[in-house]
Amino acid sequence: MSTIHKSPWLLHYDGSSCNGCDIEVLACTTPVYDVERFGVINTGNPMHADIFLVTGGINSQNAPVVKQIYEQMPQPKVVIAVGTCACTGGIFKECYNILGGADTVIPVDIYVPGCAARPESIIDGVVKGVALFKEKAAALEASQKAN
Amino acid sequence: MISSRVIIAVLYVLLAPFVIGLLDGFDRKISARMQGRKGPSVLQPFFDLKKLFEKEFLTANKTQLFMIYSYVFFIILSGVIFYAGFDLLLVVFSLSTAAMFLILASTSTHSPYSAQGTHRELVQIMSCEPMELLVAVGFYLATKTFNVSEVVANSVNSNIIYLPGFFVGFVFILTIKFRKSPFDIATSHHAHQEVIKGVTSEMVGKEYGMVTLAEWYENAILLGIVGLFFLNSNPVSFVGAIIAILVVWFLEILIDNTSARVKWQLMLKLAWGVTIVAAGMNLFLLEIIMG
Ligand code: SF4
Repeated sequence: MSTIHKSPWLLHYDGSSCNGCDIEVLACTTPVYDVERFGVINTGNPMHADIFLVTGGINSQNAPVVKQIYEQMPQPKVVIAVGTCACTGGIFKECYNILGGADTVIPVDIYVPGCAARPESIIDGVVKGVALFKEKAAALEASQKAN
Repeated sequence: MISSRVIIAVLYVLLAPFVIGLLDGFDRKISARMQGRKGPSVLQPFFDLKKLFEKEFLTANKTQLFMIYSYVFFIILSGVIFYAGFDLLLVVFSLSTAAMFLILASTSTHSPYSAQGTHRELVQIMSCEPMELLVAVGFYLATKTFNVSEVVANSVNSNIIYLPGFFVGFVFILTIKFRKSPFDIATSHHAHQEVIKGVTSEMVGKEYGMVTLAEWYENAILLGIVGLFFLNSNPVSFVGAIIAILVVWFLEILIDNTSARVKWQLMLKLAWGVTIVAAGMNLFLLEIIMG
């Protein structure tokens, strides 16, 4: 499980965000920030993804969607909540349809705060996610060996 | 003679993934530079492939894995037939058999996303197949043989002199075969396209890794056919063939980075249009000259 940190493929899901954080996630792939230099690919297919980036809060409509995407991703996987909305519900927290942050439906590993989260901090979060990924991969391998 | 053919075939099986994987790495680097980015390491495709084999294996249907193994097997078989210098027509047929296994693999899961991708893949096959067959026919008309080793041994001049139209048509469909814009219709690498991963969308971990590997083997055959246009009985022509392959490869990257995606209807019309005009005219003239 040594190469996984060299090729983290992302899946970006927009919950009920204001689109601010999504634009910042996209900014990471532009020439200014160029996350592809770390081997990051924005894949769009849960089956091929290693890291799940959630922006925006969870509402009663997207809760099953987020859950399903999470379940479709093969192990090992890391979830990163990007922006205050995805961390806690943010400014939409009191709305009648909002359940809260991404951790209300799936386990979140890394929280990237900010409204909107800066591209630098998103990249920071992804790098932390990749480190965590290595740990999870090693744990998975150990548990597979034990069985 | 026989032993050298065996050696080339063995070298193909052993080295094709490394050579094409590296070309793929340079492709991503050059593409990034064209877009004003730094780009990943040239070894990135190998990192990606290794990671895919290390992921957990989930599948909706066990037969999918078998179909994918068959796909890889037939692609490698086609490559061995080609590089060992056997029948060019057999290579084309064996490649389409392999494509059929890819279709069976993607439809075996009954996912709507795969189904959409499969439909596109079939349209792509329909666009490319006539040209692939015509290339074999072109070589036959120019050299009176389908046998790859005889095509090389019997030609005093490079066959590109007789087959420029076929070459243009073949390079055109290479853009479709390499899954590059504007024709990345069945699978796209980018998350903001209309169909994402299409035909490979239900292939997880090692399955997707195998498909990537098979594509590298297939690209090695296609680039080999590009080289065949320039090879003749003089061993020096080998250098010309390599240069031609690199130029075509660079051209594909340039097209990929300068064009927007088209709809599949346009792809079909363009591919058949170029096939009929370029290869058709060439065929007609060749018949007159040779006949
Ligand atoms: S954290 Fe701010 S910028 Fe991001 S989605 Fe929420 S409101 Fe928009």
